[in-house]
Amino acid sequence: MLAFRIIPCMDVDAGRVVKGTRFVNIKDAGDPVELAREYYVQGADELVFLDITASHEKRNILIEVVRKVAKQIFIPFTVGGGIRATEDMRAILKAGADKVSINTAAVKKPELITEGAMKFGSQCIVIAIDAKRNKNSWDVYINGGRTKTEKDAVEWAIEAERLGAGEILLTSMDTDGTKDGFDIELTKTISEKIGIPVIASGGAGTLEHFLDAGKKGKADAALAAGIFHYQKYAVRDIKKYLAERGVCVRE
Amino acid sequence: MIAIIDYGAGNVASVKNALDFLKVKSIITDDPKKILLADKVLFPGVGSFGDTMKSLREKRLIPAIKKTIETNKPFLGICLGLQVLFEESEESPGIEGLGIFKGKVKRFKKKLKVPQIGWNSIVLEKQDGTVQGLNNKFFYFVHSYYVVPQDKSIILTTTDYGGIFVSGISKENIYAFQFHPEKSGDDGLEILKRFARC
Repeated sequence: MLAFRIIPCMDVDAGRVVKGTRFVNIKDAGDPVELAREYYVQGADELVFLDITASHEKRNILIEVVRKVAKQIFIPFTVGGGIRATEDMRAILKAGADKVSINTAAVKKPELITEGAMKFGSQCIVIAIDAKRNKNSWDVYINGGRTKTEKDAVEWAIEAERLGAGEILLTSMDTDGTKDGFDIELTKTISEKIGIPVIASGGAGTLEHFLDAGKKGKADAALAAGIFHYQKYAVRDIKKYLAERGVCVRE
Repeated sequence: MIAIIDYGAGNVASVKNALDFLKVKSIITDDPKKILLADKVLFPGVGSFGDTMKSLREKRLIPAIKKTIETNKPFLGICLGLQVLFEESEESPGIEGLGIFKGKVKRFKKKLKVPQIGWNSIVLEKQDGTVQGLNNKFFYFVHSYYVVPQDKSIILTTTDYGGIFVSGISKENIYAFQFHPEKSGDDGLEILKRFARC
């Protein structure tokens, strides 16, 4: 049986992990490779690196990070942030990433999903959706949540699958950062409407939240950042909790 | 020295990284001569069945792969490197596979999410050093198709995804897995390490 995946996410700015960490056993908490290694040892099923480098000139640093991570971490990892063309995808995949995550560019230019899927395979193309509730539906936001679009999140997820996306990384802007739990309704609605895996993101604060993401939200995976960075729980704590409650996880 | 066959589409860098990490010497090559000279051959694959066969043909790699297997030189196929060992695939009707083993490659029924992406466990169907002790361990899969061998004696591991399918085969020195040992954490590295030593 396929295991429910636990995915730590790291924000990277000019080659350094930001939103600091409190790992006592890590010498340099800003080093993406060292932090990735820590999560790998803890039993993370995958990793996501989100590049938030604003300066265009410094973006090449990311490629070097990807290359280093690929040499030391033997689980799949995804890189997202600022990918605008298939050439950006190629550079990241060639450096050793297994998947690329695309958000704003996919909304602006949906054919990019198909082009990426044709060139590199659907399994490489993760479409990240930032969704925010608007009465009875969810709007899609781009540019790091700053710009509202006309797209409906559920419709967009369905379209992304049709265009060739391999997975949906679904972040609820309403729950993100709250530590009050994933947006179960949003996650469940989208997960039941599409045939590709959904990664729930935004709001993880307790062990129970991960259980809910899978059981109630029907997600295939859960992504979190803060809960791991601040060492509230290690990946293995979450997995132990889930396994004790009958969820299939890789222990 | 392990020759990693590079036919243009495979995720060869990941495999090379894993072998480097294990301090196992390897080269990435599309040169049939180098493949024939290597002690062992590793054949990683991604992409489609048809495209892979086309690239192998264009790069004149088929005789070298067949020779490797006929001479019982240690061989490890990964993902599509497992599937093309068979005769044909539902993915690319009319395209002949390497036909080293009898049987075909079938698509998962749309009962569950296809492709299968993620970690699934293996059950050992026979004893073999490469997978010993790894019963029920999880490995990373990304695929929509699975092999159905005619000769059941080659089945090494099986996995459950809406039904039991063959996730690994072996015959003498020939090994091939549907999952990606190079992306399956320490258990995956263990398989690569054992292959390198076999």
